[in-house]
Order: sequence, then structure tokens, then C-alpha cells
Amino acid sequence: MEYILSFLHQHIDLIYIVILSIFLGVEVISRVPSVLHTPLMSGANAIHGVVIIGAIIVMGKAEADNYLALIIGFLAVILGTINVVGGFVVTDRMLEMFKGKKK
Amino acid sequence: MGSSILSIIYLVGSVTFILGLKMLSKPDTARKGNLVAAAGMTLAILGTIFLYKVDDVPLHNYGWIFTGLLIGGVIGVLSAKKVKMTAMPEMVSMFNGMGGACAALISIVEFNHLVASGATTGGMVAIILLSLVIGAISCAGSIIAWGKLAGKIKDFSFNGQHILNLGVLVVIIGLFVWLVLGVGATATSLVVFYIVLALALFYGILFVLPIGGADMPVVISLLNSFTGVAAACGGFLYNNPVMLTGGILVGSAGTILTILMCKAMNRSLKNVLIGSFGGAAAAAAGGSKDQGNYKEISLNDAAVVMAYANKVIIVPGYGLAVAQAQHACHELEKQLGERGVEVKYAIHPVAGRMPGHMNVLLAEADVPYEKLLEMEDANTEFPTTDVVLVLGANDVVNPAAKNDPASPIYGMPILEVEQAKVVIVNKRSMKPGYAGIENDLFFQPKTSMLFGDAKKVLQELLAAIKEV
Repeated sequence: MEYILSFLHQHIDLIYIVILSIFLGVEVISRVPSVLHTPLMSGANAIHGVVIIGAIIVMGKAEADNYLALIIGFLAVILGTINVVGGFVVTDRMLEMFKGKKK
Repeated sequence: MGSSILSIIYLVGSVTFILGLKMLSKPDTARKGNLVAAAGMTLAILGTIFLYKVDDVPLHNYGWIFTGLLIGGVIGVLSAKKVKMTAMPEMVSMFNGMGGACAALISIVEFNHLVASGATTGGMVAIILLSLVIGAISCAGSIIAWGKLAGKIKDFSFNGQHILNLGVLVVIIGLFVWLVLGVGATATSLVVFYIVLALALFYGILFVLPIGGADMPVVISLLNSFTGVAAACGGFLYNNPVMLTGGILVGSAGTILTILMCKAMNRSLKNVLIGSFGGAAAAAAGGSKDQGNYKEISLNDAAVVMAYANKVIIVPGYGLAVAQAQHACHELEKQLGERGVEVKYAIHPVAGRMPGHMNVLLAEADVPYEKLLEMEDANTEFPTTDVVLVLGANDVVNPAAKNDPASPIYGMPILEVEQAKVVIVNKRSMKPGYAGIENDLFFQPKTSMLFGDAKKVLQELLAAIKEV
């Protein structure tokens, strides 16, 4: 019990961010037309690719003889990059077509 | 100096994610919003590589990192550029699975790290495990969802599946609590850790397998928000605000989006996840196949009916997407328009494999935006419509959703095409639609069937109309 409390205390600023972000996420997209559901989902999909930063940190602090961290970290960097890059490119391709019809 | 610049970069990154999502939810700014978020992401990634410090030591292994970024970048761009518009949904699902896998892999390294350093703090163990479990479920689930949309994996369910699912989940939670409160990170708990990983992957598969293909968009959106939460766990792990904001934003926005998608189908999330299509429901519907006869219409007859109509409404569905018939469809619409026929499109919110799927396709073929009717508007226009041409749509025009409480799609709002004077349905065959249920519409007296590939049929129809 004590360490749960101290854990919360140590990370209290992060917990503030979490709570505010939850409400923000709900507010930001609460009135989206159904046409945009797919691109929005795809865009959000690219944004959670931010997990790549964790993979980079794992990779970057791994000691030269820590093969587990190196190999798994390397794999994680590749997968995370695919998520980010592929996600943004696919979203752009979808939205490109929406733009075309405006002209 | 470096670290203060990095914290500013993370702040900018977080703001671009918020702005990006906000802009993505409006048609005018959507594309720019995507670019804004992408720019913020690039900044955050580069900042991390060059400025991040662990105990005042900068990151190393640059060779590995950049090779990984390069390989991932090339694969990402190529697959995103090459994928056909019809296969877009499964591509998004695949990318989502990659993100989930990434989160799970990070957890594996960090847990081993924790075991090696002998540091056992319950909070950290909990965060690592949470990221592992959610990431693994999201990864396995996304791959199954991808397989289903690509037609590689069939719906699969058996008696007592829900109980098994629940059982696996309970075991995962039990081991989770035991690891966090009991043993912490030791060599023995490493074994338990991998068992949890295996169970989470297994649960991801079990969770998605019984859900019908028509509900996959909802599932992908849900798994998308899962991965967001997994990414946010990384934010706790590394005390990294940009991972936290990015992850949680996607987690909460994704959850709301999932609920909005369910609403578009007039169903609850619980209904989608538990009362899934397929299984018993599909078997029951499959039994009532003797619904009488349908009648076919020849191309020339269809051409005449349409050419002399006052108002024609086209209802596109997945068949149009598969046949890549959007351009042929636009040609037909223009030709009819030149003859003075009023032509419009009725877009069901979940026509195709994803919400907005049809809008994207028709926009690609330069169909003017004003010609697309949303479901409510279309339903008020059907009674004054002479001909409705259904192009490879099935479940979204199935009257059973209105009339038959036993039908698995009962309660889903549909396009009430049977209100029009004549209905022409183009399909490849009499096979039931994606939800696996028969459609009474095809057997009604005012309905005629026009079999064949949508693109080929439309081209022939166009030629026939020109000759009328």
C-alpha cells in the first residue's frame, strides 16, 4: 500500500497529464462526421506510433554485449517505424482523395 | 542545455498531436492535420535520438537505430503506397499490430533489465506488464482482424468460447497481480512473465476470432485505442511526456471513435463484442434459404429503365470497391446526367469495409460531393425515386434489419431502397453478404438482379445506354 502511494506521488505530474489528455481526446473528436471516421482512425493509429521513442531509448542505452536488448530493440524500432511512417502515408493517401473532390 | 531543448521538443510534439487530431476531425483541415502530427512526430523522434540522455550519458548504437529506422521507413512507405484503396482497412489494422508488437517488445527488454539490475519496484513492474499485455493483445488481435478483412481467416467460434475468453483473461489478471504485489522482478518471475505474454497473445486471437467481418472496423478502432494505452505506458516507463500525451490521446479519442462507429450502426459496443455475428446467428439465418425466386434483368432492359427514369439513386457497396468500378460508375452517372436523369448516390455509413470507405472511392473518381446523400437524406428521397441501382451492397439494404427481430443485423439502420419504384441489384452471385445472412430484398417483386462483376456490368450498361 505504501509503495503504491509513493509511486503515485512520484508520478503525480504524469498522472495529471493522463487525466487531462483523456478529456482532451474525447473533446477533440467528439463531433466528427462519419465520412472522416476511417482517416481519423488511421491518423490516430499513426500517432500512437510514438511508442517508437521507447524503442529508440531501449536501443540507444543497450550495452554492446546485451544481445537480447539489441536484437529485440532493433526489431521494435523497425516495427514502430512501420507503424509511424506507414500510418501517416496511408492517412495522407486517403485524405488526398477527399481534397480532389473539392475542386 | 540539450535536455531543456528536448523537453521543449516534447512539448511541441504533444501540441502537434492535439492540433493534428483536432484538424483531422474536420474535412477542410484533415490533410493538413495529418501533416502537422507527422512533423511533430519526426521532431520528437530526432530529438530523442540526439538529445536524450540516460544518467547524463547520451544514447549510442546509432548505426542500429538508423538502420532500423531506414528498414521500417522503407517498408512503411512501400506498403502504404502500394496498397489498393480497397485493402486500406486491413493495412491500418496491420500497422496497428506493429505498434502493439513494438510496445510488447519494449516491455520484454525492460523487464529483463529490471531482473538483471535486481530493482523490484511494484509500480514499474505494473507499468511494464500493462504495456506487455495490452500491446500483445492489440498485436495478435490486429493480425487476426487483418486476416479476416483480407479473407484469409474465417469466422470461428465454438460453444463456451466466451467462458474460455473470460477464463484466460482472469488468469492473465491473476498472474499480473501476483507479479506486481508478490514476487516483483526476479529470475523465476521471468518465466511467469513470458507465460503472461503467451496468454495475452492467445487472448488477442480468441477475442477477435468470433467477431464477424462486418464488425471488423469497430474492432480495429478498439485495438487502435488499446495500442494508444500501451504507448502511454511507455511514457510512464521513461518519464516521457510526448509518449504519454500521444498514447493517451489516441486511447481516449480511439475509444470515442469506436463508440461513434457503433452508433452509426445503431449497436452497442457490448453487442458487437459479445453478441457477435457469425456462430449461432449465422447458422440460424442460413437455415431459412427457401425464400422463393428472384428474377434477372437483361442489360438492355436495365439500360432502358434507367435511361427513361427521372431520378436514379446508386447505392454503392463493397462489390464496387472490389471491382474498382468507381470510375465506370462515375461515367454512367455522367451519361445519365446528360440525358437529363437526376443521379445521386446513397451512402450508408458502414457501406464497404469501413465507415467512409465509399466516400473515399467515389471521391477518387471525381464524383462531386453534392451528389452523395447521407443515409437519412437518401431515405427521404427513395419514395420519389424511379430506379435504385445497388452496386455490390447487401447488408446495408437488407430489410431484415427493420422487419426481422431474429436477424443478427436487426436494429441496424438501413437504406430503404424498397421504397423506390424499381430496384436493380448488381451482385456477382446470389451468395449472402459479409454478415452471412440472406437478403429478402432480392426476392421482392420490384427487385431485379443483374449478375456480374460491377465494373464490367457498368461498362456494358454505359454502352447500352448510349445506344438507347
